Amino acid sequence: MNHSPNLLDEALGLTGRGFGGGALSQGRVVLVDDCVETSGAFVLHHLVKRALSPDSGGTVIFIALSHPFSHYDRILRKLGCNLSIHREHNRFHFVDMLKVEFPNEIQKNAVEHGLVDLYSKILKAVEVSSSGDYSRAHISTVIDDLSILEIVAHGSVDHVLDFLHYCITLTSEQDCSLVILNHEDIYPEMEAPRLLSHLIYLADFVIKAEPLVTGIAADVHGQLTVLKKGTFNDSQYTDKASNFHFQVKENGVELFFPGTRC
Amino acid sequence: MATTPTVRSSSFSRNISTSAALSASALTPGSRIGSGGAAFVSSGIPDLDRILGGGFLLGSLVMVMEDAEAPHHLLLLRNFMAQGVVHCQPLLFASPAEEPRAFLGTLPAPVAASKEERQRAPGPDHDEQEQGLRIAWQYKKYFGEQQASDAQNKDAKQEFGNNFDLRKSIERHMLSAQKVDCISIQKFSNLAPLRERCSSFLSKLPGNGAGLAGRIAIQSLCAPQCGFSDWDMVSFVRSLRAMLRYSKAVAIITFPSVILPPSFSKRWQHLADTLLSVRAIPDEDKDLAKLLTGYQDMVGLLHVHKVAQISSQVPVILEASTFSLKLQRRRSLVLERLNQAPVEGSSGTSYGTAGPCSGSLKGSSIDF
Repeated sequence: MNHSPNLLDEALGLTGRGFGGGALSQGRVVLVDDCVETSGAFVLHHLVKRALSPDSGGTVIFIALSHPFSHYDRILRKLGCNLSIHREHNRFHFVDMLKVEFPNEIQKNAVEHGLVDLYSKILKAVEVSSSGDYSRAHISTVIDDLSILEIVAHGSVDHVLDFLHYCITLTSEQDCSLVILNHEDIYPEMEAPRLLSHLIYLADFVIKAEPLVTGIAADVHGQLTVLKKGTFNDSQYTDKASNFHFQVKENGVELFFPGTRC
Repeated sequence: MATTPTVRSSSFSRNISTSAALSASALTPGSRIGSGGAAFVSSGIPDLDRILGGGFLLGSLVMVMEDAEAPHHLLLLRNFMAQGVVHCQPLLFASPAEEPRAFLGTLPAPVAASKEERQRAPGPDHDEQEQGLRIAWQYKKYFGEQQASDAQNKDAKQEFGNNFDLRKSIERHMLSAQKVDCISIQKFSNLAPLRERCSSFLSKLPGNGAGLAGRIAIQSLCAPQCGFSDWDMVSFVRSLRAMLRYSKAVAIITFPSVILPPSFSKRWQHLADTLLSVRAIPDEDKDLAKLLTGYQDMVGLLHVHKVAQISSQVPVILEASTFSLKLQRRRSLVLERLNQAPVEGSSGTSYGTAGPCSGSLKGSSIDF
C-alpha cells in the first residue's frame, strides 16, 4: 500500500522513478494554500512522506512554526514513516521555530538577522545532506507555515520575500525543492495581496484546499485544486489544472474525482 | 466505507484500558484521558465537552469570537473559569477591565443538589449509589464489556465536569482558598508583560505526570481601549500557542473579531486550535421564532468552527456545527442542536434537524 500512487501523486508528478519532473524535483516550488475551514496540512504530510520514501530516498528540511516535532512524528508514523529514525540518519532535519522570537524593539535589524540565521541553518542542513552518504539525493525544504513566519517577522513582507528568494535560489543551485504552506484567506482582495501574488508567481505547483461549496460532509472533507504551471514544450504552453475531492484519513488521504465515489 | 472520522474511530488510537484512564483521572482531578491518549479538561459546560469530543484538549488554544453587541462569550468564560476553581486548578485571568478581580465574583456556583454531586459525596448517600452501581454491574454480563466501560466512564466523568448554576455566584471561600492570578491588560503599553506572566504561570505548572492542569482565560484581548498593535497581538497569540504546546494547560481567548481588520481576524482564526463563535439572537425575531422550536428559551447561538486536533491530520466533522445556548430551568447552560419547527411552506435555511442532542435535557424540548 505504501508505494501505490494515488491521484495526488499523479497530479504532482510523483509517480515516476525518482519523481523526475514532478513536484519534488530540482528547482520546483510547491505552494499549498488553505483556509480556516479546511486545513491543507495533510498535503504537506503527504509530500514529506513521499520525499522520505524509499522510492525517492530524499532528505527533508522541515521549518516548523506551527507544531512541535511530536505532532508531526505521530502523524507521519500513522502514515507509515518514522521521522525519529530519519532524523537520526540525518535525512530529516527539523528546525524548531515554534518559540523563536525576533525582538523587534531592541534591535532594529533583528528580523533580518533572524531570517539570515534561519537561512544559514537551512544552508548548513543542505550541505550536510549533500556531503554525506546521500550525496545525490534530493532535498526538500518544507515551511509550515509561512503566515506564522510573517508574524515572526512582525509583518515585514519584504524580509519574508527576501528569505523566500534566497531559498528559491538555493533550489535552483542544488537539487532542492521548496514546499510552502500558506493560508489564502488572510489576504483579502481589497488590500494589495503582495505576498500571495508573489508566491503564486513563484510557485510551479499551486495546491488549493477549500471546503465544499455545499457545506461540511462527513465523507468528503473538501476539494483540492492542483494547478501545474506549464512550460514551453514545442512552443506550446500548457497549464494543467485538476480538481479533486478528498477525504483525509489517519493512514493517508483518499482523493477522487467529484462524483466518482460510490 | 463506514469510517466516519469521529475522534474515536481511528484504528490507531491508543488502547488505554478504562482502569488506567480512571487512575489517571484520579491522579489529576479535573482532567481525563480521551481516545488516542489525549488529555482533556472540562469547559464547564457538559454539553460542550461532549460536542468537542471530551472537552478542551490540554495544550491547545481555544478562541471564542465574540458577538460585538452581546456578552455571551462571558458565559463560556465564566463556566470555564468556575470549573477551574472547582477543581482547584491554577488559573490566570487577564481582562481589559480595570478591576479584573471583580469578575471572579460573577463566576457561577456548581449545582450542589444534582445527582452527580450527590454521587460524588461520600456519606449516607454512598450506599445508595453502591446499590445503583451493583444493579448496573449485574447487567454487565448481558451487555458485554462495552456497556460496563461506559458505566465506568460515566463514573469518571462525574469527577470531570460540573453543572453550574448561573443564578448563584461561587462561594467566596472557594475563591480565597486558591490563588487566582488576575491581570488588567489595560495598563500595559504592549503585550510583553502579559506574555511574561503567561510564561511564568505555565512554567510553574508541573510537567508531565501527576499535577493539576492550568487554565488561562483572556477576555477581549483586542479590545480597542488597550490599543495594542495588530502585529503585537497576533504575535502574542502565536507565542502563547507555542508555550501551551509544551505545557499542561488550556488557554481560552475571547476576541471581538469584527474590530480586527479582516485579514488579522483570519490570522487569529488560523492560530486557534478550537474555534467557537457566539451570537446573540434578537428577542422578537418572528421569522426565526417560526423556524425553530424552543426559540423562547434560547439565549444565543454557538457555532463550532474548528475542533482541536493535535497529533492527527483527520479533521473532526461534527454532525451539526450550530447549537443553541439555552438556560435550563433558568440556571444551567445547555447546548442543543437546532430543531426545525414543523411548519409548512418553504423555509429558507435548513439546519440539522434532529432530536435534542442533550442527554441532560430529558426531552423537555419536545413541545411540538
